[in-house]
Amino acid sequence: MTDEHALSYWKSNLKIVLSLLCVWFFISFGCGILFVDALDTIRFGGFKLGFWIAQQGSIFVFVILIFIYIYLMDKLDNKYDLETAADKSQTCEDQP
Amino acid sequence: MSVQIWTYLFVFLTFGLYIGIAVWSRAGSTNDFYVAGSGVHPIANGMATAADWMSAASFISMAGLISFLGRDGTFYLMGWTGGYVLLALLLAPYLRKFGKFTVPDFIGDRYYSRTARLIAVFCAITISFVYVCGQMQGAGIVFSRFLEVDITTGVVIGMAIVFFYAVLGGMKGITYTQVAQYCVLIFAFMVPAIFISIMMTGHAVPQIGFGAELTEAFGGGYLLDRLDGLSQELGFAVYTEGQRSTQDVFFITAALMFGTAGLPHVIIRFFTVPNVRDARKSAGYALIFIAILYTTAPAVAAFARTNLMNTVNNIEYSMVPEWFSKWETTNLIVFDDKNGDGRIQYLGDPGANELNVNRDIMVLANPEIAGLPNWVVALVAAGGLAAALSTAAGLLLVISTSVAHDFLKRTFMPQITEKQELLYARGAIFFAVLVAGYFGIHPPAYVAQVVAFAFGLAAASFFPAIVLGIFDKRMNRQGAICGMIAGFTFTALYIAYFRFINPAADNAGSWWFGISPEGIGTLGTLVNLAIAYPVSKLTSAPPQEVQEIVENIRLPGEVAVR
Repeated sequence: MTDEHALSYWKSNLKIVLSLLCVWFFISFGCGILFVDALDTIRFGGFKLGFWIAQQGSIFVFVILIFIYIYLMDKLDNKYDLETAADKSQTCEDQP
Repeated sequence: MSVQIWTYLFVFLTFGLYIGIAVWSRAGSTNDFYVAGSGVHPIANGMATAADWMSAASFISMAGLISFLGRDGTFYLMGWTGGYVLLALLLAPYLRKFGKFTVPDFIGDRYYSRTARLIAVFCAITISFVYVCGQMQGAGIVFSRFLEVDITTGVVIGMAIVFFYAVLGGMKGITYTQVAQYCVLIFAFMVPAIFISIMMTGHAVPQIGFGAELTEAFGGGYLLDRLDGLSQELGFAVYTEGQRSTQDVFFITAALMFGTAGLPHVIIRFFTVPNVRDARKSAGYALIFIAILYTTAPAVAAFARTNLMNTVNNIEYSMVPEWFSKWETTNLIVFDDKNGDGRIQYLGDPGANELNVNRDIMVLANPEIAGLPNWVVALVAAGGLAAALSTAAGLLLVISTSVAHDFLKRTFMPQITEKQELLYARGAIFFAVLVAGYFGIHPPAYVAQVVAFAFGLAAASFFPAIVLGIFDKRMNRQGAICGMIAGFTFTALYIAYFRFINPAADNAGSWWFGISPEGIGTLGTLVNLAIAYPVSKLTSAPPQEVQEIVENIRLPGEVAVR
């Protein structure tokens, strides 16, 4: 792999990480804390929306974010042909 | 069968299981002992990380704290899960690629400095000790209530078990016992939660029951509305509204998130998977396994609080249910009949309130309060112990690797053989267990609160140093060292001042910017960054080979950069 390739891989990596972190910040600190009172005026079922995001919704979003990250990074690794190298480095054993 | 017999049965069965696993997965080499030979499957590692992570505080204290904090309890929920996003995106894959044994290893090599390594050792040991004390205390509470031994005996039994499998198996033994402990603790947490949810709302999924209507027997109406109503009626704060200032909740949440991503016992779990791709996956699995408990906990909190207010307020003291008297003997429920009418007044006004309920018992007592079958009550004890012991073991391992590997092998005694290093590692666990046990018997505060301080310290020291080490190639040893010292000292002093030196001033009025000691770690992180960055700019760039390390960890797989 050339320096140029490595640099453009790293830049795409940073772009993925930054955009996912923006969503992370918006949902947790934004909807869960800063705008929680405003969102509480909306109700669904027995929940106020802000309260639900703060105590339930944000956690679901966190899980989804990590899996989007795994998916995008796998795609990126394949594009730069880093996959085989990553898998070759060691085999996986289930048993100790 | 009585609760007592069920409890003994579950505790003996699970302890037997842990010991069996420990014997089966003995560690033979330092590689086994420190990182389980780097051969752990990502799903197994996800479970082990979840058990490592979910401590006595998560299992025993958290739902209880939330049930008394209401919406403010959110900072525990988001803080302790949102940190995994940071861990997965900013740390885990790169640290796995770096591929050494410990966090001080990374700090020492990346910042090409013995001083940096020693500071990292000091931070890792301090953080882990603070944290492990909370676990021992948690184990003590479970033992004293369910096995009816005193707290000291309880802590000693817990110490002996952890000592046995941590010394024998090291990381390998700990990993596979943690997988078993995860299964035990999640089962023990979910079964009562599902039972209570069905009983109170008719929904089997507690996350749905949380927002559903109560059954006729409980008075109907939405659970949360009923809870808000009851709270107001008795003079407590409205459950779904916040009491703390927005900036305090913001800072505490951030401190817990940064701390999560900076806790050494969690980070080292990602050294145990075979490659970078598995490190990413394993962070995802870990959060799923954690989210199962963390989305159930707020539901349990709401059920428990409603139930408590329904059950005990204004009933005659002579008519209290059996669980009430049992918890009274441990002094975790205290009734003081101030107006002498023989009835329990459970009220928000501290002058008239006659009942003090320790937050730590809400989860443990919940199945009894709801009148669930004996085996369910007993299950909770086994789950609480699994949570406390799994985390304690992970922490003890950090302490032992820090001492044997970073302090002795890499710094002061590079000539020792692998066998001697293993011996020192095991010796360090022995010593650490004794100290942890002492603090478990003489604890400084509530379990979850003690643990919250460890997060502030991790957030202010490790998190920025590691992130800068990966994302800022120009960051050098001067910057990192000054940043870590400044962040750690600032946070430790702030906490020490308000909690130990001048506790009278521990209120929102005298806190800086209204930030409580629990949230100060966020400011510590910023202090760390604000010092590290200019210092590194003013001093020389790191040497070429260190810059190459950084370039190398940014790429997954064994590819050389030309």
